[in-house]
Amino acid sequence: MADMQVDVAIIGAGPAGVAAGIGAREAGAKDVLVLERDWDLGGILQQCIHPGFGLHTFKEELTGPEYMHRWVVRAREAGVTFLTNSMVFKLDEDGSLWVMNPERGVFKVTAKATVLAMGCRERPLGAINVPGSRPAGIFTAGTAQRFVNMEGYMPGHRTVVLGSGDIGLIMARRLVWEGARVEGVFELMPWAGGLRRNIAQCLNDYDIPFYLSHTVTRVHGKDRLEGVSVAEVDENRQVLDGTERFIGCDCLLLAVGLIPENELSRMAGVEIHPVTGGPVLNEFYQTSRPSIFAAGNVVIVYDLADWVSQEGVAAGRNAALYAAGALKEPLRRIDIRGGANVRLFSPQYVTAGEDVTVYFRVLRPIEKRCRVFADRGLFERKHRYVRPGEMNEIRLKAEALQALPRSVTTITIDAEEV
Amino acid sequence: MEERILSMICVSCPVGCDLKVQARGKEVVSVEGHSCPRGVDFAKAEVANPTRVFATTVRVAGGKLPVCPVRSRQAVPKERLDDISREVARLTVPAPVTIGQIIVGDVCGTGVDIVATRDLAAEEERS
Ligand SMILES: Cc1cc2nc3c(=O)[nH]c(=O)nc-3n(C[C@H](O)[C@H](O)[C@H](O)COP(=O)(O)OP(=O)(O)OC[C@H]3O[C@@H](n4cnc5c(N)ncnc54)[C@H](O)[C@@H]3O)c2cc1C
Ligand code: SF4
Repeated sequence: MADMQVDVAIIGAGPAGVAAGIGAREAGAKDVLVLERDWDLGGILQQCIHPGFGLHTFKEELTGPEYMHRWVVRAREAGVTFLTNSMVFKLDEDGSLWVMNPERGVFKVTAKATVLAMGCRERPLGAINVPGSRPAGIFTAGTAQRFVNMEGYMPGHRTVVLGSGDIGLIMARRLVWEGARVEGVFELMPWAGGLRRNIAQCLNDYDIPFYLSHTVTRVHGKDRLEGVSVAEVDENRQVLDGTERFIGCDCLLLAVGLIPENELSRMAGVEIHPVTGGPVLNEFYQTSRPSIFAAGNVVIVYDLADWVSQEGVAAGRNAALYAAGALKEPLRRIDIRGGANVRLFSPQYVTAGEDVTVYFRVLRPIEKRCRVFADRGLFERKHRYVRPGEMNEIRLKAEALQALPRSVTTITIDAEEV
Repeated sequence: MEERILSMICVSCPVGCDLKVQARGKEVVSVEGHSCPRGVDFAKAEVANPTRVFATTVRVAGGKLPVCPVRSRQAVPKERLDDISREVARLTVPAPVTIGQIIVGDVCGTGVDIVATRDLAAEEERS
């Protein structure tokens, strides 16, 4: 098929990409093209059939597919073009994309600006070092979610969940509803990975046992999973002698974390942050390659799709401005640094061009009154607690950043007890 | 009637406040720990008649996918979830399915409809 030329090209039609399309059109871009490798739009939210989306955007709690339906309708009304079954397999430094589509073959899309919205993928068992064989019956929680919610088959009848990320908690309840037994959820850390509400409504509601400071030490079975050994760990995550026990099961679900999906970004030479695994961004959601922007889980793993959509709109708008040569020139560069209790955050630097929300996660929970802040008096908010499973926000005003003395080149953000 | 102190997590929004609820029978005497008024409503409902929105899939004949996601349009009594899930599991609906389409009206006499949460085209339309 003939190559295409557009103002803004967007990779991925999840919440980030669909919203970016809207943002780009609203900011005046004429040709806005979203490329999606799946046959349908919506990204990972297609399989998130539980309610819990849209409270911020639509003031009601929708399921994932309902939430995406509304955004896709908006995007079509805004004049965004979608191409499904279209896998982007190569990204050039100038943001041109190479696409494969079963009907159109291989073609090139040249874009004045590009938005990365490829989302994230799940950490597999290989990444977490559990000894034993690799029999059938071990799945990441997200794969199991797709099986049950979209393909209509059950991964197993007696399940153990390793890790307490939200997807694992939601799948535990889902499997119970489908008639399976869930033997327990085992979390290595002394605190939960997922949201409190999911502990309550997915585990407590169904009396599913939840074990903190526990891990799976071995998987058993040759062809099919027959069980796992679990054990308690100490504060250094070392297995405590004598606590190991066997649990029979035919399914092990892994909910052990998500990693931004950045093969394409790397190909284009986009600078990737060593800790977040996503592109280094400024407040315009602009990567180290000026014509390439990024939003959503490809940048940092978000808790709420509503925030992803918000970021998507902004990234799309800035990409459109860039395409039109109208994006503000950076005034200066101020790096953001995480304090003692902060590891993951985005964006990584600001240029004082626009108000910005910095999203971050704490390393350790603080279960008492605490303050979330940016130093130099730029931001402070009191919280009743902060937890690793829940993202925090810091809002920085462009004016306040501009007023900082030139000698200031970093800002530290953190959360601490008061 | 005896007073009880209950601990619960409000699930009305992702904040997930820890609530301490003082209750007498099915009446709530006081609530602590909520960050907004919905926390009190939640505590009252939990004590009197806990409800949840139910989401699952229903089998589809001749669709692009073999199952379609559905939900209860409103929250249903928690104690009825089992019955409802069995009722929905019995069904097969023909494709195409439209978002919002009623799959089961007044499910198990709860007065609540089960509705589809996505569009699902018939198989031959798949390109
Ligand atoms: C398994 C799983 C379950 C989740 N469940 C929840 C939940 O219950 N609640 C919640 O709030 N959050 C959940 N999340 C987080 C959720 O992903 C985000 O809230 C949100 O979906 C992120 O949106 P996104 O657009 O960044 O990514 P995604 O929704 O992942 O969308 C990325 C899209 O890009 C496409 N894509 C990737 N690479 C290419 C390529 N090379 N070419 C073309 N297309 C490409 C993908 O097919 C996909 O459609 C879940 C995440 C995962 C991985
Ligand atoms: S009390 Fe309000 S803020 Fe707290 S979880 Fe419930 S609805 Fe959310």
